[in-house]
Amino acid sequence: MLFNYLPIVVFLVIAGAIALLMVGGSLLAAPQRPYAEKLSAYECGFEPFDDARRRFDVRFYLVAILFIIFDLEVAFLFPWAISLGSIGMFGFLSMVGFLAVLTVGFIYEWCKGALDWE
Amino acid sequence: MTAFFASGFGMFVLMVLETLALLVPLLLGVAYATVAERKVLAAMQLRKGPNVVGPFGSLQAFADAGKMLMKETIIPTGANRLLFIAAPMLTFVLSMIAWAVIPVDNGWAIADINVGILYLYAISSLGVYGILIAGWSSNSKYAFLGGLRSAAQMVSYEVSIGFVLVTVLLCVGSLNLNDIVLAQRNIWFCIPLFPMFIVFFISSLAETNRSPFDLPEGESEIVAGFFVEYSAMTFALFFLGEYANMFLMSGLTSILFLGGWLSPIPLPPFTWIPGVFWFILKVALCMFVFMWVRATFPRFRYDQLMRLGWKVFLPMSLAWLVITAGVLVATGWLPHAPS
Amino acid sequence: MIADIAFYIFAAVLLISAAMVVSARNPVHSVLFLILAFFNAAGLFLLAGAEFLAMILVIVYVGAVAVLFLFVVMMLDVNFARLREGFQRYAPVGATVGVVLLAELALVLGGWKFAPEAATLRLAPRPDQVQNTAALGALLYTRYILLFQMAGLVLLVAMVGAIVLSLRDRHDARRQDINRQQSRRVADTLELVRAPLGAGIASLGIYRPITAPAAADGQAPPGSDNPEVHAPAPPAEVH
Repeated sequence: MLFNYLPIVVFLVIAGAIALLMVGGSLLAAPQRPYAEKLSAYECGFEPFDDARRRFDVRFYLVAILFIIFDLEVAFLFPWAISLGSIGMFGFLSMVGFLAVLTVGFIYEWCKGALDWE
Repeated sequence: MTAFFASGFGMFVLMVLETLALLVPLLLGVAYATVAERKVLAAMQLRKGPNVVGPFGSLQAFADAGKMLMKETIIPTGANRLLFIAAPMLTFVLSMIAWAVIPVDNGWAIADINVGILYLYAISSLGVYGILIAGWSSNSKYAFLGGLRSAAQMVSYEVSIGFVLVTVLLCVGSLNLNDIVLAQRNIWFCIPLFPMFIVFFISSLAETNRSPFDLPEGESEIVAGFFVEYSAMTFALFFLGEYANMFLMSGLTSILFLGGWLSPIPLPPFTWIPGVFWFILKVALCMFVFMWVRATFPRFRYDQLMRLGWKVFLPMSLAWLVITAGVLVATGWLPHAPS
Repeated sequence: MIADIAFYIFAAVLLISAAMVVSARNPVHSVLFLILAFFNAAGLFLLAGAEFLAMILVIVYVGAVAVLFLFVVMMLDVNFARLREGFQRYAPVGATVGVVLLAELALVLGGWKFAPEAATLRLAPRPDQVQNTAALGALLYTRYILLFQMAGLVLLVAMVGAIVLSLRDRHDARRQDINRQQSRRVADTLELVRAPLGAGIASLGIYRPITAPAAADGQAPPGSDNPEVHAPAPPAEVH
């Protein structure tokens, strides 16, 4: 069982080596002549005036939080999908109850407009 | 010879050879997908496309690679140098290692793990990092905005992809990709689960930041999104990673819905052809649809994109999931848990 | 043997990266080290044979929770130097928590040491022949249904809480109402007039409205297929 995972490690190492080789090769092969103007951040004809990393719309956080919740929901669904054959009707109803609770939350956020963007 | 491959070291060598046997064609395929896309777009717009390098532009991929190699790698001031270089490598490596579990023929997966589909879901959920880190480490407004948008977009569509995967698993009863394909011997899942097939395909367009969901790179407003500041090979790695992700999504589509390596008609003249051929054919078909979509549809607006993901796909796939499970339980068609 | 080496590698990297999470200067680096720690924990799960948990750890913690962390530290621009000023003040509290945790761990492990039969209680034996995902599924939704439903309620509370805390109403925002766009007809908004040559719009009795009434939903394609356009279209197409 565990042995099956070994190729993934090999794969990871080889893929990483290819990536390193490509970037390293380019760094070695190509002429590097940096100067201040070339290295400045892209801006449309004027000097970049403030730090790019700043506060952002709270909406992005909300999306991330909702994603965590739904991702957990999916995580609960995976073993259920596999074993539904053996747990039968009771298992099905148990999951329907679980999903119903979360659907209430989903309807709430829909009505609150948390899913609206403008 | 066989004795050598059975020994510990021999097995390791075999593993490396297998990996290379998958990675080299994959990389070539990715390189040529970029040329193919330009050719397809050109044909759809009544142009010729690249036709100078080699006969019919067939060496264009190598010319591009050579050009990228000889360009200067620019690391902008104020950028976080280590992360700036690491982000494209991360994107590239992630898009490559996902292929370790994809079966290209019956049992021909390099790593035939029990939880193959979960592995793929995990890898695809990591794709956000390359983009977020690239956007942040460039220290440029456009890159940051692009990275942020892209992350929110990928995350939104991942939920519906998850529901689609679960629906397919309901019909299979195993997380192993090989079992998923074998469960489609009688009927491909794209027929009984047609709506999910559509949801999955459109979500995979969004997940790979492809047109019409290519807002992160929206060149007309945020110039190129998270990779504005990238040049030379770091740019090429993003580019290759994006196309490898398209390949991955095409492969996943064909495994989940189009019967993987199975021949379309299970009769002798078709079953003689090796499964790899069918698999490649299906992947190529999906890739063509990716390009076709790009040539056809205008870009979505961000609010429309979020609306489609959260208000259409999410409830739809959830409802379809419950309906599928209900039908399977009621009719007793459920596959039994592998024991 | 390889599994042992792998265990020590994973464990060592896990501990080092966990230490780096709290000591890294740059908060983004902290989060990245946290991700590395998650990965190594997943590796440890894999070594213990818990494939499903390993993958779920990556999917949920790395793929979702850490993304949120990264969002926050990248965008909130928290002044960490100022946060660190309180270090002296909070150090005793933190140390107390740490010591309590350590004592509890010692109790658990010591219990196994001194009463060997206690170790047999700690976990159900891993079922052979059954993949652990299926084994988990067979128990979670039937035998532990109460806990499962409570998990659902916790998620509901989290969802509602997130919305209550972070959503504020915006009145200036323009939203797209797809139904209104779709139900708009050409005849409602567009009038086609045959204009004689050289006539200005004023002579036709048309005055440009000061405020456009339907400009808010200007997305609708004006040329949608409505056969009931009464006025003939002007000969606009010149071939």
